Amino acid sequence: MDNLTFGITMLICGMGGTLLTLWVMSLVMAFLGKLFPEKPEKKEA
Amino acid sequence: MAEAIINGLSGLTVGFEMLVVDWRNAIMLLVGFLLLYLGIKKDCEPLLLVPIGFGCILANIPLSDVMGQEGFIRVIYDAGIATELFPLLIFVGIGAMTDFGPLLARPSTFLLGAAGQFGIFITLLLALALGFPQLDAVAIGIIGACDGPTAIYVTSKYAPHLLGAVSVAAYSYMSLVPIIQPPIMRLLTTKKERETVMKAVAKPVSKTTKMLFPLVITVLGGLIAPKGLPLLGTIMLGNLMRESGVVSRLTKASENEIANVVTLFLGLCIGATMVGSAFVKTQTLIILGLGFVAICLDTVCGVLMGKLMRVVTGGKVNPLIGAAGISAFPMAARVVQKEGAKWNKKSYLLMHAMGANAGGQVGSVIAAAVMLSVLAGMGIIR
Repeated sequence: MDNLTFGITMLICGMGGTLLTLWVMSLVMAFLGKLFPEKPEKKEA
Repeated sequence: MAEAIINGLSGLTVGFEMLVVDWRNAIMLLVGFLLLYLGIKKDCEPLLLVPIGFGCILANIPLSDVMGQEGFIRVIYDAGIATELFPLLIFVGIGAMTDFGPLLARPSTFLLGAAGQFGIFITLLLALALGFPQLDAVAIGIIGACDGPTAIYVTSKYAPHLLGAVSVAAYSYMSLVPIIQPPIMRLLTTKKERETVMKAVAKPVSKTTKMLFPLVITVLGGLIAPKGLPLLGTIMLGNLMRESGVVSRLTKASENEIANVVTLFLGLCIGATMVGSAFVKTQTLIILGLGFVAICLDTVCGVLMGKLMRVVTGGKVNPLIGAAGISAFPMAARVVQKEGAKWNKKSYLLMHAMGANAGGQVGSVIAAAVMLSVLAGMGIIR
Protein backbone atom coordinates (compact mmCIF):
# COMPACT_ATOMS: atom_id res chain seq x y z
CA MET A 1 0.00 0.00 0.00
CA ASP A 2 1.42 3.41 -0.92
CA ASN A 3 2.03 6.00 1.77
CA LEU A 4 -0.68 8.41 0.60
CA THR A 5 -3.42 5.77 0.67
CA PHE A 6 -2.13 4.54 4.03
CA GLY A 7 -2.04 8.03 5.56
CA ILE A 8 -5.47 9.08 4.34
CA THR A 9 -6.99 5.77 5.43
CA MET A 10 -5.46 6.18 8.90
CA LEU A 11 -6.72 9.75 9.12
CA ILE A 12 -10.27 8.91 8.07
CA CYS A 13 -10.69 5.55 9.81
CA GLY A 14 -8.48 6.39 12.79
CA MET A 15 -9.76 9.84 13.63
CA GLY A 16 -13.28 9.04 12.46
CA GLY A 17 -13.26 5.87 14.53
CA THR A 18 -11.95 7.71 17.59
CA LEU A 19 -14.57 10.47 17.32
CA LEU A 20 -17.37 8.00 16.72
CA THR A 21 -16.33 5.70 19.57
CA LEU A 22 -16.06 8.55 22.06
CA TRP A 23 -19.36 10.05 20.89
CA VAL A 24 -21.12 6.70 21.39
CA MET A 25 -19.46 6.38 24.81
CA SER A 26 -20.66 9.87 25.77
CA LEU A 27 -24.22 8.94 24.77
CA VAL A 28 -24.11 5.68 26.72
CA MET A 29 -22.69 7.38 29.80
CA ALA A 30 -25.25 10.20 29.57
CA PHE A 31 -27.99 7.57 29.39
CA LEU A 32 -26.56 5.65 32.36
CA GLY A 33 -26.30 8.90 34.31
CA LYS A 34 -30.03 9.42 33.79
CA LEU A 35 -30.85 5.79 34.51
CA PHE A 36 -28.92 5.77 37.78
CA PRO A 37 -29.15 9.30 39.17
CA GLU A 38 -27.50 10.21 42.45
CA LYS A 39 -30.08 9.71 45.18
CA PRO A 40 -30.19 12.29 47.98
CA GLU A 41 -29.10 10.86 51.31
CA LYS A 42 -31.96 9.81 53.58
CA LYS A 43 -32.25 11.83 56.74
CA GLU A 44 -32.02 9.77 59.89
CA ALA A 45 -35.16 9.85 62.01
CA MET B 1 56.43 -7.88 34.64
CA ALA B 2 56.47 -4.25 33.43
CA GLU B 3 54.51 -5.26 30.34
CA ALA B 4 51.90 -6.97 32.47
CA ILE B 5 51.53 -3.82 34.60
CA ILE B 6 51.19 -1.63 31.49
CA ASN B 7 48.61 -3.99 30.02
CA GLY B 8 46.74 -4.01 33.29
CA LEU B 9 46.75 -0.22 33.46
CA SER B 10 45.58 0.03 29.85
CA GLY B 11 42.45 -1.82 30.95
CA LEU B 12 41.71 1.17 33.18
CA THR B 13 42.08 3.73 30.40
CA VAL B 14 40.29 1.98 27.57
CA GLY B 15 36.96 3.56 28.58
CA PHE B 16 38.40 7.06 28.09
CA GLU B 17 39.91 6.04 24.75
CA MET B 18 36.59 4.69 23.52
CA LEU B 19 34.85 7.90 24.59
CA VAL B 20 37.18 9.85 22.31
CA VAL B 21 36.75 7.35 19.47
CA ASP B 22 32.93 7.48 19.53
CA TRP B 23 31.99 11.08 20.35
CA ARG B 24 28.27 10.21 20.18
CA ASN B 25 28.52 8.50 23.57
CA ALA B 26 30.00 11.69 25.03
CA ILE B 27 27.06 13.69 23.64
CA MET B 28 24.59 11.24 25.14
CA LEU B 29 26.33 11.43 28.50
CA LEU B 30 25.68 15.18 28.38
CA VAL B 31 22.05 14.51 27.39
CA GLY B 32 21.78 12.19 30.40
CA PHE B 33 23.10 14.94 32.68
CA LEU B 34 20.68 17.42 31.09
CA LEU B 35 17.72 15.12 31.77
CA LEU B 36 18.87 14.73 35.38
CA TYR B 37 19.19 18.51 35.67
CA LEU B 38 15.68 19.03 34.27
CA GLY B 39 14.24 16.42 36.61
CA ILE B 40 16.09 17.42 39.78
CA LYS B 41 16.53 21.19 39.47
CA LYS B 42 13.59 22.15 37.24
CA ASP B 43 11.12 19.58 38.61
CA CYS B 44 10.11 18.48 35.08
CA GLU B 45 8.56 15.00 35.44
CA PRO B 46 11.31 14.01 37.94
CA LEU B 47 9.85 10.54 38.53
CA LEU B 48 10.66 9.74 34.92
CA LEU B 49 13.49 12.01 33.94
CA VAL B 50 15.74 10.93 36.83
CA PRO B 51 15.70 7.19 35.96
CA ILE B 52 15.73 7.99 32.21
CA GLY B 53 18.72 10.31 32.62
CA PHE B 54 20.59 7.81 34.75
CA GLY B 55 19.78 4.93 32.41
CA CYS B 56 21.10 7.06 29.54
CA ILE B 57 24.37 7.66 31.41
CA LEU B 58 24.74 3.97 32.27
CA ALA B 59 24.20 2.85 28.68
CA ASN B 60 26.59 5.40 27.19
CA ILE B 61 29.62 4.73 29.32
CA PRO B 62 31.89 2.97 26.79
CA LEU B 63 32.09 -0.82 27.12
CA SER B 64 29.17 -0.68 29.51
CA ASP B 65 27.35 -3.97 29.43
CA VAL B 66 24.05 -2.90 30.97
CA MET B 67 22.21 -3.49 27.70
CA GLY B 68 24.38 -6.43 26.63
CA GLN B 69 23.06 -9.97 26.33
CA GLU B 70 23.00 -10.49 30.10
CA GLY B 71 23.17 -6.88 31.26
CA PHE B 72 20.86 -6.04 34.16
CA ILE B 73 18.85 -3.44 32.22
CA ARG B 74 18.52 -5.82 29.26
CA VAL B 75 16.97 -8.36 31.63
CA ILE B 76 14.45 -5.73 32.85
CA TYR B 77 13.85 -4.56 29.25
CA ASP B 78 13.13 -8.07 27.99
CA ALA B 79 10.84 -8.78 30.90
CA GLY B 80 8.82 -5.57 30.88
CA ILE B 81 9.21 -3.55 27.68
CA ALA B 82 9.59 -6.25 25.04
CA THR B 83 6.55 -7.96 26.55
CA GLU B 84 4.64 -4.60 26.83
CA LEU B 85 3.98 -5.43 30.47
CA PHE B 86 5.29 -2.21 32.07
CA PRO B 87 3.04 0.31 30.26
CA LEU B 88 0.05 -1.86 31.07
CA LEU B 89 0.94 -2.03 34.77
CA ILE B 90 1.34 1.75 34.77
CA PHE B 91 -2.13 1.98 33.27
CA VAL B 92 -3.64 -0.01 36.15
CA GLY B 93 -2.11 2.61 38.46
CA ILE B 94 -3.38 5.52 36.35
CA GLY B 95 -6.89 4.05 36.38
CA ALA B 96 -6.70 3.65 40.15
CA MET B 97 -5.58 7.27 40.56
CA THR B 98 -8.05 8.95 38.20
CA ASP B 99 -11.45 10.30 39.15
CA PHE B 100 -13.59 10.27 36.01
CA GLY B 101 -16.43 12.00 37.92
CA PRO B 102 -16.06 15.40 36.16
CA LEU B 103 -16.20 13.64 32.78
CA LEU B 104 -19.31 11.68 33.76
CA ALA B 105 -20.98 14.83 35.11
CA ARG B 106 -20.73 16.30 31.61
CA PRO B 107 -20.36 13.43 29.09
CA SER B 108 -20.20 15.87 26.14
CA THR B 109 -16.61 16.58 27.18
CA PHE B 110 -15.73 13.17 25.72
CA LEU B 111 -15.77 15.03 22.39
CA LEU B 112 -13.06 17.42 23.59
CA GLY B 113 -11.02 14.35 24.49
CA ALA B 114 -11.56 13.10 20.94
CA ALA B 115 -10.56 16.40 19.31
CA GLY B 116 -7.37 16.40 21.36
CA GLN B 117 -6.22 13.32 19.43
CA PHE B 118 -6.25 14.91 15.96
CA GLY B 119 -2.55 15.68 16.30
CA ILE B 120 -1.76 11.94 16.26
CA PHE B 121 -3.17 11.41 12.79
CA ILE B 122 -1.97 14.63 11.20
CA THR B 123 1.54 14.01 12.55
CA LEU B 124 1.37 10.49 11.14
CA LEU B 125 0.71 12.04 7.72
CA LEU B 126 3.60 14.48 8.18
CA ALA B 127 5.95 11.64 9.17
CA LEU B 128 4.95 9.70 6.07
CA ALA B 129 5.54 12.79 3.94
CA LEU B 130 9.03 13.07 5.44
CA GLY B 131 9.78 9.53 4.31
CA PHE B 132 9.40 7.50 7.50
CA PRO B 133 8.23 3.90 7.02
CA GLN B 134 4.55 3.33 7.83
CA LEU B 135 4.92 1.72 11.26
CA ASP B 136 7.58 4.26 12.27
CA ALA B 137 5.12 7.01 11.30
CA VAL B 138 2.48 5.38 13.51
CA ALA B 139 4.89 5.39 16.46
CA ILE B 140 5.82 9.04 15.84
CA GLY B 141 2.17 10.06 15.51
CA ILE B 142 1.37 8.45 18.84
CA ILE B 143 3.50 11.09 20.59
CA GLY B 144 0.42 13.26 19.98
CA ALA B 145 -1.51 11.11 22.44
CA CYS B 146 0.44 13.04 25.11
CA ASP B 147 0.46 9.79 26.98
CA GLY B 148 3.77 8.16 27.88
CA PRO B 149 2.57 4.59 28.52
CA THR B 150 0.48 4.56 25.32
CA ALA B 151 3.45 5.84 23.30
CA ILE B 152 5.73 3.21 24.85
CA TYR B 153 3.20 0.42 24.30
CA VAL B 154 2.72 1.19 20.61
CA THR B 155 6.37 2.00 19.88
CA SER B 156 7.86 -0.99 21.68
CA LYS B 157 5.52 -3.23 19.72
CA TYR B 158 5.86 -1.80 16.22
CA ALA B 159 8.96 0.43 16.08
CA PRO B 160 11.22 -0.59 19.01
CA HIS B 161 14.24 1.15 17.44
CA LEU B 162 12.45 4.50 18.00
CA LEU B 163 11.55 3.81 21.63
CA GLY B 164 14.10 6.19 23.15
CA ALA B 165 13.26 9.16 20.91
CA VAL B 166 9.49 8.67 21.07
CA SER B 167 9.41 8.20 24.85
CA VAL B 168 11.63 11.16 25.56
CA ALA B 169 9.54 13.32 23.21
CA ALA B 170 6.26 12.16 24.79
CA TYR B 171 7.36 12.77 28.38
CA SER B 172 9.28 15.98 27.67
CA TYR B 173 6.39 17.63 25.86
CA MET B 174 3.95 16.48 28.54
CA SER B 175 5.99 18.40 31.07
CA LEU B 176 6.15 21.40 28.72
CA VAL B 177 2.35 21.66 28.40
CA PRO B 178 2.23 24.82 30.60
CA ILE B 179 4.63 26.51 28.16
CA ILE B 180 3.32 25.12 24.85
CA GLN B 181 -0.43 25.53 25.32
CA PRO B 182 -1.17 29.10 26.54
CA PRO B 183 0.09 30.97 23.43
CA ILE B 184 -1.98 28.67 21.17
CA MET B 185 -5.04 29.12 23.38
CA ARG B 186 -4.70 32.91 23.19
CA LEU B 187 -4.09 32.88 19.45
CA LEU B 188 -7.23 30.91 18.65
CA THR B 189 -9.74 32.62 20.95
CA THR B 190 -11.16 36.10 21.29
CA LYS B 191 -11.04 38.04 24.56
CA LYS B 192 -14.80 37.63 24.92
CA GLU B 193 -14.55 33.87 24.53
CA ARG B 194 -11.74 33.61 27.08
CA GLU B 195 -13.75 35.63 29.60
CA THR B 196 -16.79 33.34 29.41
CA VAL B 197 -17.91 32.12 32.82
CA MET B 198 -19.18 28.55 32.77
CA LYS B 199 -21.83 27.33 35.17
CA ALA B 200 -20.52 25.15 37.96
CA VAL B 201 -20.84 21.41 37.37
CA ALA B 202 -23.42 20.72 40.04
CA LYS B 203 -24.75 17.44 38.75
CA PRO B 204 -23.57 14.69 41.10
CA VAL B 205 -22.72 11.29 39.64
CA SER B 206 -24.03 8.17 41.35
CA LYS B 207 -21.70 5.40 42.51
CA THR B 208 -23.51 2.96 40.21
CA THR B 209 -22.72 5.13 37.16
CA LYS B 210 -19.10 5.47 38.27
CA MET B 211 -18.80 1.70 38.60
CA LEU B 212 -20.55 1.01 35.30
CA PHE B 213 -18.24 3.44 33.48
CA PRO B 214 -15.12 1.20 33.39
CA LEU B 215 -17.21 -1.84 32.47
CA VAL B 216 -19.08 -0.08 29.66
CA ILE B 217 -15.91 1.50 28.25
CA THR B 218 -14.03 -1.81 28.36
CA VAL B 219 -16.75 -3.81 26.62
CA LEU B 220 -17.70 -1.12 24.10
CA GLY B 221 -14.11 -0.08 23.37
CA GLY B 222 -13.00 -3.72 23.24
CA LEU B 223 -15.69 -4.59 20.71
CA ILE B 224 -14.83 -1.61 18.49
CA ALA B 225 -11.05 -1.78 18.80
CA PRO B 226 -9.99 -5.18 20.17
CA LYS B 227 -6.30 -4.61 19.38
CA GLY B 228 -6.19 -1.91 22.04
CA LEU B 229 -8.01 -3.90 24.69
CA PRO B 230 -4.90 -4.40 26.87
CA LEU B 231 -4.52 -0.60 27.13
CA LEU B 232 -8.19 0.05 27.73
CA GLY B 233 -8.73 -2.94 29.97
CA THR B 234 -5.89 -2.17 32.35
CA ILE B 235 -6.80 1.50 32.89
CA MET B 236 -10.42 0.53 33.43
CA LEU B 237 -9.52 -2.32 35.80
CA GLY B 238 -7.66 0.19 37.95
CA ASN B 239 -10.65 2.54 37.86
CA LEU B 240 -13.14 -0.20 38.73
CA MET B 241 -11.01 -1.16 41.75
CA ARG B 242 -11.02 2.49 42.82
CA GLU B 243 -14.74 3.07 42.38
CA SER B 244 -15.90 -0.24 43.83
CA GLY B 245 -14.08 0.56 47.05
CA VAL B 246 -13.91 -3.10 48.04
CA VAL B 247 -10.28 -3.77 47.12
CA SER B 248 -8.58 -0.79 48.68
CA ARG B 249 -5.37 -2.80 49.26
CA LEU B 250 -5.10 -3.56 45.55
CA THR B 251 -6.01 0.01 44.61
CA LYS B 252 -3.35 1.43 46.91
CA ALA B 253 -0.76 -1.09 45.69
CA SER B 254 -1.56 -0.22 42.06
CA GLU B 255 -1.26 3.53 42.53
CA ASN B 256 1.75 3.36 44.83
CA GLU B 257 4.06 0.35 45.04
CA ILE B 258 3.40 -1.19 41.62
CA ALA B 259 3.34 2.15 39.78
CA ASN B 260 6.52 3.29 41.55
CA VAL B 261 8.54 0.13 40.88
CA VAL B 262 7.41 -0.02 37.26
CA THR B 263 8.13 3.68 36.74
CA LEU B 264 11.69 3.14 37.96
CA PHE B 265 12.25 0.14 35.67
CA LEU B 266 10.52 1.82 32.73
CA GLY B 267 12.62 4.96 33.07
CA LEU B 268 15.88 3.00 33.31
CA CYS B 269 15.01 0.94 30.24
CA ILE B 270 14.02 3.98 28.16
CA GLY B 271 17.23 5.77 29.14
CA ALA B 272 19.26 2.70 28.27
CA THR B 273 17.83 2.65 24.73
CA MET B 274 19.33 6.10 24.15
CA VAL B 275 22.73 4.77 23.09
CA GLY B 276 24.79 7.31 21.13
CA SER B 277 25.15 5.24 17.96
CA ALA B 278 21.37 4.79 17.72
CA PHE B 279 20.22 8.15 19.10
CA VAL B 280 22.55 10.84 17.73
CA LYS B 281 20.97 11.09 14.29
CA THR B 282 19.11 13.71 12.29
CA GLN B 283 16.15 11.34 12.48
CA THR B 284 15.93 11.84 16.26
CA LEU B 285 15.74 15.61 15.85
CA ILE B 286 12.99 15.20 13.25
CA ILE B 287 11.05 12.93 15.63
CA LEU B 288 11.39 15.48 18.44
CA GLY B 289 10.19 18.20 16.04
CA LEU B 290 7.23 16.12 14.88
CA GLY B 291 6.32 15.37 18.50
CA PHE B 292 6.20 19.09 19.20
CA VAL B 293 3.97 19.64 16.15
CA ALA B 294 1.69 16.82 17.33
CA ILE B 295 1.10 18.39 20.72
CA CYS B 296 0.52 21.85 19.20
CA LEU B 297 -2.02 20.32 16.79
CA ASP B 298 -3.79 18.54 19.66
CA THR B 299 -4.20 21.87 21.41
CA VAL B 300 -5.37 23.62 18.23
CA CYS B 301 -8.00 20.97 17.50
CA GLY B 302 -9.13 20.84 21.13
CA VAL B 303 -9.66 24.61 21.26
CA LEU B 304 -11.45 24.55 17.88
CA MET B 305 -13.79 21.84 19.18
CA GLY B 306 -14.37 24.03 22.25
CA LYS B 307 -15.33 26.88 19.93
CA LEU B 308 -17.73 24.59 18.06
CA MET B 309 -19.32 23.52 21.36
CA ARG B 310 -19.63 27.19 22.29
CA VAL B 311 -21.59 27.85 19.08
CA VAL B 312 -23.80 24.79 19.58
CA THR B 313 -24.59 25.67 23.21
CA GLY B 314 -25.27 29.33 22.44
CA GLY B 315 -22.15 30.70 24.12
CA LYS B 316 -22.23 28.66 27.34
CA VAL B 317 -18.87 26.97 26.79
CA ASN B 318 -15.50 28.64 27.29
CA PRO B 319 -13.41 27.25 24.39
CA LEU B 320 -10.27 27.28 26.53
CA ILE B 321 -11.40 24.01 28.14
CA GLY B 322 -10.83 22.34 24.76
CA ALA B 323 -7.08 22.64 25.34
CA ALA B 324 -7.46 20.21 28.26
CA GLY B 325 -8.68 17.45 25.95
CA ILE B 326 -5.26 15.80 26.00
CA SER B 327 -3.91 13.09 28.22
CA ALA B 328 -1.50 15.16 30.34
CA PHE B 329 -3.58 14.79 33.52
CA PRO B 330 -4.17 16.96 35.49
CA MET B 331 -1.58 19.41 34.18
CA ALA B 332 -3.57 20.49 31.12
CA ALA B 333 -6.65 21.18 33.28
CA ARG B 334 -4.58 23.35 35.61
CA VAL B 335 -3.21 25.30 32.65
CA VAL B 336 -6.76 26.00 31.45
CA GLN B 337 -7.87 27.12 34.92
CA LYS B 338 -4.88 29.44 35.20
CA GLU B 339 -5.39 30.90 31.74
CA GLY B 340 -9.13 31.39 32.26
CA ALA B 341 -8.62 33.11 35.62
CA LYS B 342 -6.08 35.42 34.02
CA TRP B 343 -8.79 36.87 31.76
CA ASN B 344 -11.70 36.77 34.18
CA LYS B 345 -11.21 36.50 37.92
CA LYS B 346 -14.75 35.13 38.30
CA SER B 347 -14.09 32.33 35.85
CA TYR B 348 -13.61 28.94 37.48
CA LEU B 349 -12.92 26.43 34.73
CA LEU B 350 -11.07 23.74 36.68
CA MET B 351 -13.85 21.16 37.00
CA HIS B 352 -14.92 21.58 33.36
CA ALA B 353 -11.30 21.29 32.28
CA MET B 354 -10.84 18.21 34.49
CA GLY B 355 -13.75 16.62 32.61
CA ALA B 356 -12.11 17.39 29.26
CA ASN B 357 -8.76 16.19 30.61
CA ALA B 358 -10.25 12.88 31.80
CA GLY B 359 -11.88 12.66 28.36
CA GLY B 360 -8.42 13.19 26.88
CA GLN B 361 -7.09 10.26 28.90
CA VAL B 362 -9.80 7.96 27.62
CA GLY B 363 -9.47 9.56 24.17
CA SER B 364 -5.75 8.86 23.86
CA VAL B 365 -6.22 5.21 24.75
CA ILE B 366 -9.18 4.89 22.38
CA ALA B 367 -7.22 6.62 19.59
CA ALA B 368 -4.32 4.18 20.02
CA ALA B 369 -6.72 1.25 20.20
CA VAL B 370 -8.59 2.37 17.08
CA MET B 371 -5.29 2.98 15.28
CA LEU B 372 -4.04 -0.55 16.05
CA SER B 373 -7.33 -2.10 15.00
CA VAL B 374 -7.37 -0.14 11.73
CA LEU B 375 -3.79 -1.30 11.08
CA ALA B 376 -4.83 -4.87 11.78
CA GLY B 377 -7.84 -4.42 9.51
CA MET B 378 -5.56 -3.27 6.72
CA GLY B 379 -3.34 -6.30 7.29
CA ILE B 380 -0.31 -4.18 8.24
CA ILE B 381 -0.02 -5.72 11.70
CA ARG B 382 -1.24 -9.04 13.00
